[in-house]
Amino acid sequence: MIYEKFIRVLYIDMTAQSSRVEEREDLMPYLGGVGIGVKLLEENMRPDLPPLAPEQPMILAMGALSTVFPVITKTAALFVSPLTGELGESYAGGRLAFAMQQAGYDALVITGRATQPFYLAIDEHGVKFRDARPLWNTNRDDAGRYIRDNEPHARGKRSIVRIGQAGENEVAYACVTVDRYRHFGRLGLGAVFGSKLLKAIHISGERSMPVRDFKQYFGVFRQLYATAHKPGGVMSKYHDQGTPINIEALNAIGGLPTRNLQTTRVDDAATISGEAFAENDLVRKQACVGCPVGCIHIAQYRRAFAEGYEYETHGVSYDYELLFALGTFVDLKERQDILALIHEVEVCGHDAMSAGVALGWACEMFDRGLINVEEHTLIPVKFGDVDSLRQALRYIASAENDFYRALGKGVKHVAEIYGGADFAMQLGGNEMPGYHTGYGSVVGVVLSARHSHLCNAGYSIDQALQPGEPIEPTVVAKKLLDEELERCMLNSLVICLFARKVYDRDTVKKCFAAVDRDMSDDELDDIARRIFATKVRIKRALGYDNQQVKIPKRFFETPTSYGKLDENTANEIIAEFNKLVDEVQP
Amino acid sequence: MAKVLRTEGMGRCIGCFSCMLMCAGVNRKNHSTSRSAIAVQTRGGMSGKFVAVVCQACREPKCAQACPADALLLRKGGGVTVDEDKCISCRQCADACTAQVIRWDDDVNAPIICRHCGACTRFCPHNCLAMEDVED
Repeated sequence: MIYEKFIRVLYIDMTAQSSRVEEREDLMPYLGGVGIGVKLLEENMRPDLPPLAPEQPMILAMGALSTVFPVITKTAALFVSPLTGELGESYAGGRLAFAMQQAGYDALVITGRATQPFYLAIDEHGVKFRDARPLWNTNRDDAGRYIRDNEPHARGKRSIVRIGQAGENEVAYACVTVDRYRHFGRLGLGAVFGSKLLKAIHISGERSMPVRDFKQYFGVFRQLYATAHKPGGVMSKYHDQGTPINIEALNAIGGLPTRNLQTTRVDDAATISGEAFAENDLVRKQACVGCPVGCIHIAQYRRAFAEGYEYETHGVSYDYELLFALGTFVDLKERQDILALIHEVEVCGHDAMSAGVALGWACEMFDRGLINVEEHTLIPVKFGDVDSLRQALRYIASAENDFYRALGKGVKHVAEIYGGADFAMQLGGNEMPGYHTGYGSVVGVVLSARHSHLCNAGYSIDQALQPGEPIEPTVVAKKLLDEELERCMLNSLVICLFARKVYDRDTVKKCFAAVDRDMSDDELDDIARRIFATKVRIKRALGYDNQQVKIPKRFFETPTSYGKLDENTANEIIAEFNKLVDEVQP
Repeated sequence: MAKVLRTEGMGRCIGCFSCMLMCAGVNRKNHSTSRSAIAVQTRGGMSGKFVAVVCQACREPKCAQACPADALLLRKGGGVTVDEDKCISCRQCADACTAQVIRWDDDVNAPIICRHCGACTRFCPHNCLAMEDVED
């Protein structure tokens, strides 16, 4: 808790319908966000039980500097992932961190399983368990609306996080929707909610937080606001076209995963570029609390449902990763088709990336005749066919048959049953992100704690290289580890990683000083190492060993923007990384 | 010329709450948006409109007329300024306001009313808020 010497943790037991608060001084060395999240996960997880066992905890943690400085907007979620069976870690923006801060909780630790669906109404005074039976089977919009209407006396600002049908049916990559347009997307937090019969959390508050030294605080705030908001500055690309600007950039260098990574370029990137969406479909932008950037780009998806100019319309938020996973990866070429698929993912409550990659695998399997309509897919599932892809998403969410139930456990799992593992595009059990740029993007995701491109930005290391430029495994391994360590610290604040160029070390120290907490570089280094080492311990306890990871062949067959990758070099980087990891001492 | 806050540009709002964070910070030295005189709210959730709920700078303010302690003083250009020493915390001002824009600071048990200082406009990234010159 900012200005305090303790971390305030709200423990909630779904089984007993009880809760308690602890003020934990011993968690201060973990700062906040992912730091306190991993520590609480380590304390409470049960490596002897499956990921969705009632005893398993899920933790939501705001950061050490949440909301009081610009673009420090995220909440960290830590859990045992039903997708990978090991460390589950995901981040969401929106209003959640702000609402937690206003309600007065650094972290929520939720364990147990209720006997019927509930949603939690949390405020400064504690937790209420609200009957959510009527809300089970509602989508994220209806659930949000009913809960908003059912909490008319909530004081202050609120955040509502909820699951859709995918989460209720424990699809291993079900997401949790935060305030409609943001998500805990990756690694299946939605399934963890579903396994606890927890439909949603409504959290609100209006706790007074006097500024301790206004002059110093305001000086730092003003400077950061100006940097984040400056037209043409380091953040402006996120505001202008947003992350979809990457479509043309990645396509130009041949790093845009397309058609289940059969290739890395599309014929007409201009049609689905960030510019094309911005000029033709963009209707508004939104921001997380405390972020003047406003990177949330919302397009209008318009669909004719009858003759006579009858249309239904929906606001759909789009980003680069969604355009890749639900666009190029499944070979959709029209913007409105891509928006249709994004909308379907939202309604079902899937993680966009995993769902798109799962569809890509299914399309290729169908193409090759390895699966068929009668025994498996119920409908033809084809690249480029938006209607069949939408239906397939619904079938995954409803766990329609054995095939879709297996597809809902991820491409690694489904390929073990039906074949096609060589082109089941996952790394460490998590479906690939939208970069096929070189060793950094592929090996980086394997090595990263949560198998995400955002742990160590391997794609960025790749793009600093000339195609074919010799690489040194030791150097790549060290760059990956150094970046991951720094991000362990930044994710305990919790900044939005789009602002990583704003929050350099000096700025981070200034921010802490402005809220009456001195931090040295050595302390920040120690915190980063402490968090990283905790993650490593968790992963090992859950049975993860990166030496056992089998990278699907296609990653080595389809050239990256750097060129074709060599499996031996990839293994060398992994070996070098492991040597460095053993040297990281908390 | 006096200045008053106008919110005609709210159709552009991205919901970042920077205005509220700064109003609460500058005017009440508090990080909580509950201490802000301007309230940005949604109508119909995040997919609905953002609206600003804030003092309309009435020339004949009902809030001041309702105050039994003469704690609300007429402000040049419209609206009021609050004399917290005189305030008896009766909340009649808040009840009287048709636009329901008066919020409450529980720390000092006094109303939070916009003083049209313009701090919010300086931290609005989309120029939704602006100060307008009006006759004194």
